[in-house]
Amino acid sequence: MHFVINGNEVELDFDLRTSLLDLLRERRHLFGVKMGCNQGACGACTVLVNGARINSCLALAVQYQDCEITTIEGLGAPGKLHPLQAAFVEHDGFQCGYCTPGQICSAIGMVEELKCGVPSYVSEDVAAEGFALTDAELRERMSGNLCRCGAYNGIVDAIQDTFGTAKGEPGKREASI
Amino acid sequence: MNPFTYERASDRLAAQTLGAQAGAKYLGGGTNLVDLMRETIEHPTLLVDVTGFSCAIEETGDGGLRIGAGVKNTAVAADRRVRERYPMLSEAILAGASAQIRNMATVGGNLLQRTRCGYFYDDAAHCNKRAPGTGCGAIEGFNRMHAILGASTACVATHPSDMAVALAALDALVTVEGRNGARDIPLIDFHVLPGETPQIETVLETGELITAVTLPPSLAGRSSYRKVRDRASYAFALISVAAVLEVQGGVVKEVRIALGGVAHKPWRAQAAEAALKGGPATEAAFRAAAQAELVSSRGLRDNAFKIELGQRVITDTLVKLTALQEIR
Repeated sequence: MHFVINGNEVELDFDLRTSLLDLLRERRHLFGVKMGCNQGACGACTVLVNGARINSCLALAVQYQDCEITTIEGLGAPGKLHPLQAAFVEHDGFQCGYCTPGQICSAIGMVEELKCGVPSYVSEDVAAEGFALTDAELRERMSGNLCRCGAYNGIVDAIQDTFGTAKGEPGKREASI
Repeated sequence: MNPFTYERASDRLAAQTLGAQAGAKYLGGGTNLVDLMRETIEHPTLLVDVTGFSCAIEETGDGGLRIGAGVKNTAVAADRRVRERYPMLSEAILAGASAQIRNMATVGGNLLQRTRCGYFYDDAAHCNKRAPGTGCGAIEGFNRMHAILGASTACVATHPSDMAVALAALDALVTVEGRNGARDIPLIDFHVLPGETPQIETVLETGELITAVTLPPSLAGRSSYRKVRDRASYAFALISVAAVLEVQGGVVKEVRIALGGVAHKPWRAQAAEAALKGGPATEAAFRAAAQAELVSSRGLRDNAFKIELGQRVITDTLVKLTALQEIR
């Protein structure tokens, strides 16, 4: 089966029971993709498929053949970090780091959703033209990614620093992208 | 997970031919089915991927919308026509699951996710839904999340979909196709109460495929989806209320109410609607109607609080919708 993984065309043959998560880790050795709960609750396995964030643990790899899949390894590398990776370092957006690749992939998917006008549960008016990246919006939109270390404040700051035009104190920002 | 074969259906007819085979199951996003296969609760021998067609949202011509069963949940919530004409549907979808799951899940799959509880997932527990005839561990167990309406001695699980609660209040129709042709099923009749056969959750016949969900023209008035849960985001509902209310001159002209988190299926609150229609749009009337709806409810050890909570959430939702119309 054919995939485009981090820009590389690959042909892979595998047991149909293989999740996308296991395919990426075990067959492509992309160990930035993490298994947390393996049931869609924690978001550690988040990757981008054709630009949209999904839980790779709940996906059978076969469902995503011919798709473009991006993992943390496709976003940045030591020495040339993605701006959001650098912001996570700057703002202490992690402690143990296990959830971080999923957080970063998820945030990048989230920003694409905002650009496409996808509302959220906390949006005042779902029919609005666009949605500002307030801290409340950011937290709601990132609720599919858990951090057991509780680095949430740093995560919010890192994402705002990278994608928001944030002004004011954390928690009081009314930023837009 | 048991071994299976996988086919990507090119269109509706190809899907139904494949879906008629013994052991076949249709696969949407897989966010529930793949999980249940991993838990060996579901064990299809053929997965028919039906995400490659019925992926459009179209005008019906009379002011309604027809949403293809393969449309992703995010795409429905983000569709401008849905957001403007059926904002409650967007709100309900956005109240469900996480952004990642909404990006994967389809409309058809959302409707066909299993009605479930923790005992259904626990293979050391008794569950009439997972293993018919073995009993229900939840009725005498930990049942805080469980049903207060329409439950049976066989099953007290709740249907977890938020989207379906909004669809129930919107009088949506589910179009299904099978050997005997196509038929439209009102959403509120699509899922069934558990009775003695909780393993049966819908009126779908073997091999029938959901192809679309149709929304009739939107009503006047204001609508809202209100979800009460244990944490602010990404949790199943304790109670949810989808309501459409039109008030004219202080009188309820039109009202539709559906409840989530209370029953084996999305619960259309017809008793409350009947009590309200044509009557005064007052807080007292709303509370009386909510009480009328929940008069048949029954609490278990841990979930009896839902009866009062449900009345309060219904009442408050209608009060707020009334206030919005007074402002206007």
